[in-house]
Order: sequence, then structure tokens, then C-alpha cells
Amino acid sequence: MEILVQVRGLKKYFPITQGILIQREIGAVKAVDDVSFDIYRGETLGLVGESGCGKTTTGRTLIQLYKPTAGQVLFEGNDLTQMDDKNLRALRRSLQMIFQDPYASLNPRWTISRIIGEPLRVHRINGGKSNLERVEELLETVKLNANYMNRYPHEFSGGQRQRIGIARALASDPSFIVCDEPISALDVSIQAQIVNLLEDLQDQLGLTYLFIAHDLSMVRHICNRVAVMYLGVIVELADRDDLYENPLHPYTKALLSAVPVPDPRATRARKRIILEGDPPSPADPPAGCRFHPRCPIAVERCRSEQPQWREAAPEHWVACHEV
Amino acid sequence: MEPILEVQNLEVKFHTLDGVVNAVNGVSYSVEAGKTLGIVGESGCGKSVSVLSIMRLIPDPPGKIAGGKILYLGNNLLEYDETSMEHIRGAAISMVFQDPMTSLNPVLTIGKQIGEAMMFHHGFTRDQAERRTIELLNLVGIPNPEQRIKEYPHQFSGGMRQRAMIAMALSCTPDILIADEPTTALDVTIQAQIVDLTRRLQDELGMAVIWITHDLGVIAELADRMVVMYAGYIVEEADVFQLYENPLHPYTLSLLKSLPRVDSSRAGERLATIPGFPPDGITVLPGCPLAPRCRFAVERCMQENPHLEQFVADHNVACWVDVTTGKER
Repeated sequence: MEILVQVRGLKKYFPITQGILIQREIGAVKAVDDVSFDIYRGETLGLVGESGCGKTTTGRTLIQLYKPTAGQVLFEGNDLTQMDDKNLRALRRSLQMIFQDPYASLNPRWTISRIIGEPLRVHRINGGKSNLERVEELLETVKLNANYMNRYPHEFSGGQRQRIGIARALASDPSFIVCDEPISALDVSIQAQIVNLLEDLQDQLGLTYLFIAHDLSMVRHICNRVAVMYLGVIVELADRDDLYENPLHPYTKALLSAVPVPDPRATRARKRIILEGDPPSPADPPAGCRFHPRCPIAVERCRSEQPQWREAAPEHWVACHEV
Repeated sequence: MEPILEVQNLEVKFHTLDGVVNAVNGVSYSVEAGKTLGIVGESGCGKSVSVLSIMRLIPDPPGKIAGGKILYLGNNLLEYDETSMEHIRGAAISMVFQDPMTSLNPVLTIGKQIGEAMMFHHGFTRDQAERRTIELLNLVGIPNPEQRIKEYPHQFSGGMRQRAMIAMALSCTPDILIADEPTTALDVTIQAQIVDLTRRLQDELGMAVIWITHDLGVIAELADRMVVMYAGYIVEEADVFQLYENPLHPYTLSLLKSLPRVDSSRAGERLATIPGFPPDGITVLPGCPLAPRCRFAVERCMQENPHLEQFVADHNVACWVDVTTGKER
């Protein structure tokens, strides 16, 4: 399989400052702390974890919306982190993003045709005249009526707005899209519509997705491989069915066991691992393995020594001493 | 067993600039002591409005409880004046809200907020209230409560705030606990903690619970009975096992089919969808509110709105069509 994106040792720290006039750095929130993974062309890689674990920051740093603190991101062999703005801008055509909140990510004062047409203007993709035709085409691609072109975002429902966001992401003909929780803000009956649309588009256009989500059931449906994050690091990465049926890391096990199943008999028969407490702050992560204070199988070594990222089974990566 | 709370034909309307929104249209349900009633539906289906009416917390204007009865131990709460209602809220019936950050007062300590209800309803002194608050925080699993009662909400994590809210709701040992999407803002591992906690407390204290959510997984886990709401109507009501195994309303059926499951691989399968989107509540069509989105819809569905009827023992559904055969009943 061909590798499209290679992420190596990616770090993103946000400084914590003190003082009003003279701001001193007194620490850093280690939102993403040394993650490495590959994304294959044409696949959907899921990135899951709880709020604050750094999954959104990983997605944003990957497409250089945040400047990484350290590490490399190779897209088709080019290191995005070393690129100047001009070259990066040219490459951005191929890297797009779909945002979580379809209410906040569309400019309320712009018409739909202007919103979807903006990438075309920025990247000078079509001559001014054919822009409208392309917008019409894009609206049809996401199954919206092309007559809606001159309306404003507030005239649409949440699901329709998310379709507009998808049309905008598709405008510049990308090969890779970061989908940052694209369905979390939508009603249950609308979620399936958007997921089916994303799958259809992948088939038609050969897209590659990084699918960031916390809904583990939906991730199992849509992704080919899944990476699990905890407190800024990836703790496990494997093929979808391998990960869900044979999770190795104690955090993955607890996370999967906590997901309720819409079937009373099955869900009440499931064995639960209830984790104690809350995830610690990423500004002051625990030494050793970051999961050790909540881990049911932690041993002495976990307190001091950070576990190695290793291939425990073919194509099944994990970072845990006890596996 | 006699129900401890009965909602009968409740109607709630909101008078807005765009027109009258019919938020709840003749809804009836009941819950028995020690049992859990789940209410599921999408945003705007009237599930929250119906329980806010039980607490008489509908802002009037623009809201108006236009009809129906809410019977608590046989007394109609809708006839109570504000002073009598104050003795019900927090004492007999209490509520946990979706977002603990906005429902806790940011400038009062956790201890003060939890103690307030006990000082008001039970006439506790400050010391008595504090001692009981520490016990309650212990009960809901907040470590180091002696220290924690002096802290403010922003010093608590999301899961801990929700525990504090539950401690507050339980402080006067209510007969009924209403939980309005209490885990929607929380992560799954924390949700599992809260669901577990609620079940344990219910066993210990024997209260009735009304749990509102859009998550069909959570309801499957903790409810005894459930109602499904759509566009301000109850479309289906039954025992939770019965309802998941034999859904009789096209809406419930489609929702269940549209959900992927964490415990089984359905790779390559397309998710079933419900086309279109829910109605806004202002434009009222003559027929069934689901009809424009329903794949079972027949001629009659466009003209007449079906009533909730019992076709199978102890299982009510509002639909003209028998989904098992696809034919009109």
C-alpha cells in the first residue's frame, strides 16, 4: 500500500505564560507529545480519544494550521514543516479540512456560492466565469439543490450546513481531508446521512481521510484502521476489526467497554471496565506511562519508564509494558 | 404498582416572533418508584420541555403550559402556586441538567451550593448542612470532600461537576430524579461512571428516575420503560427490552438501523438513513409529522395524525402502518 502521509515525532506544545507586560513562559501544555503514524492512500484512519487528549490538535498540526513544536509531516514525500508559505499554500489545495461545528465554521454574512467558491478564487483554479458552474456541480455532489446558491448559512439545517462545509472542502480537488468530528454536532437521524455521503465521496474521488471522532461505534463503521490517543500520545494503532475485537492496551479495553450498545440484552451482558478518576492535565502529565495512575494493571515500572511504541502483532502497534 | 408521577395529555406552546411553536402535543407518561423511565428523541422533539414542565420551569412568556395534568402522588402540580412549588423542587423532585458548568453558580463554593437546598427544605444549620454535604460527596465518589466543599466549580473537572450536581439533586432524598441529558457533555469513560453511580444510588435510595437522552445506547443500559418522542408527540412507548427487540414505529425502527455498533462489524454495509430533517414545530401539517420522511407512509398518513394505540400487549405506538408487514393496519 502506498503511504500518502507520514507523521514522525510530531509535537505541539502550547506555552503557559504569566505576567501582563512581560510575559514569561512558566510551562507548556503538551497537547501532542511525540506521535508517529502513517496514512495510506485511499484509506480512512480513525483517531479516537477523549476530550483534551490532543486528537484535534494532531489533525490541525498535521495540515499546518498550527506550527508544530517538533517533528516532521511528509505529504507525498514533501516535508510540510520545512516548507515556506508560498509552497505550502500551493500544496494546501490537496489538504483540506471538515470542521466539527457546522454553525461556527461558515461565515454568516456570505452566500453559499461565495463560501464554496472561495477556495476556487484563492487557488485561482477556474476562470471567474466558470466558478458558478463549479459551485453548482459541488452542490450536486453533496446532494444539495443548486438553487440554494444565493442563500445564507442560517437558512439551512445542521446537516445541510455540514454538506456545505464538505462541498467547500472538495472545491480545490483535494486528495486528503482531515474530518474533525464532522458528525458530533448533528442529530442521530442526520449522522448516518453525512457518513454515507463521506463514504460515497471517498469511492468516487479516491479520497484519503483522517477521521477524528469520539464516537467509537461510528469509527468502527467508517474507518479502515484506528489510532487511540491518551493525553497527547498514541497508545495503540491497528486494523479496525483487530483493534475492536482484540484490544491490547488497557486504556483501549476500558474505552471500548464503556461504549453502550443500543441493545438492552447485549449491553447489560457486557463486561465493563470502569476507570477511576479523570485524565490528568496535559500541562503536567504523569511520569512514565501517562496512563499509569488510572491503569488497572499498572506495575512499578510503569511509574518511571515510558513504554516503547512497538509492533506487538503484525500491523498492531501498542505502547504498554504489560502487553 | 401505582405510579409516583403521571403526566397526562401535556401540551406546551411557545409564542415566538416566527409563530407559535407546538413543543409538546398531548404527551402522557408515568413512572413508578424505584424504576427508570427513558425518554429519547432528537433535539427539538420536546423531551426537555416536557420535564421542565414537571418542575414548572418553563419561562412564561414565551412558554405556556396549555393543557394537561401533572400528578405527583395524585396531586396536580399544575394547580400549585409558586410557594408550594418551591417545596416540591429539590425536595420531592429534583433535576440534573446537561451542562454542569452553566448550571452551577461560578461564584459560590460547591459546599455552599449543595448545602443550600437542605438549609431551605429541612431547616438544617450551616454545620449540619456541611456535614451532610461531605457525606453526599463521599456517596457520589468525590475524593477528599472536606477539602472539595471549599472549592469553586471551575476547580472541578466535567465529570466531577456532574457528580456534584447529582449530590445536590440527592441532598433532600427526592422521590423522583429527573436527569436531562446528564452525560451528553461527558466522555464515554466518565459517562460509564455516572450511569453506574446513578444505578447504584437508585438501588440504595429507591427513587424513580426519568432519564432524557438522544443516545439509544445509554437508554438500553439503564431504563425499565421508555418513550420515543418526535416533533412533540410520543410515537412509541413500551418496556425497554420489548421496544428494542420489536420496534413498531418507523422512526424507532429507522433510528435503530442507522446506528453502527461497537460490538459488531458491519463493514461495507451502508447505514440506513432517514431522509430530510425534523419539522420546526411551527408549520403544522394535518397528517403524521413523520410522514414526509417515512418510507412506510401511505395516503392516510398525509391526512390524519395517528394516536398512540396498543396493538401488542403493553406496547403503544402511533402509526397507521404495521411495520412488520408494511401494510396499513
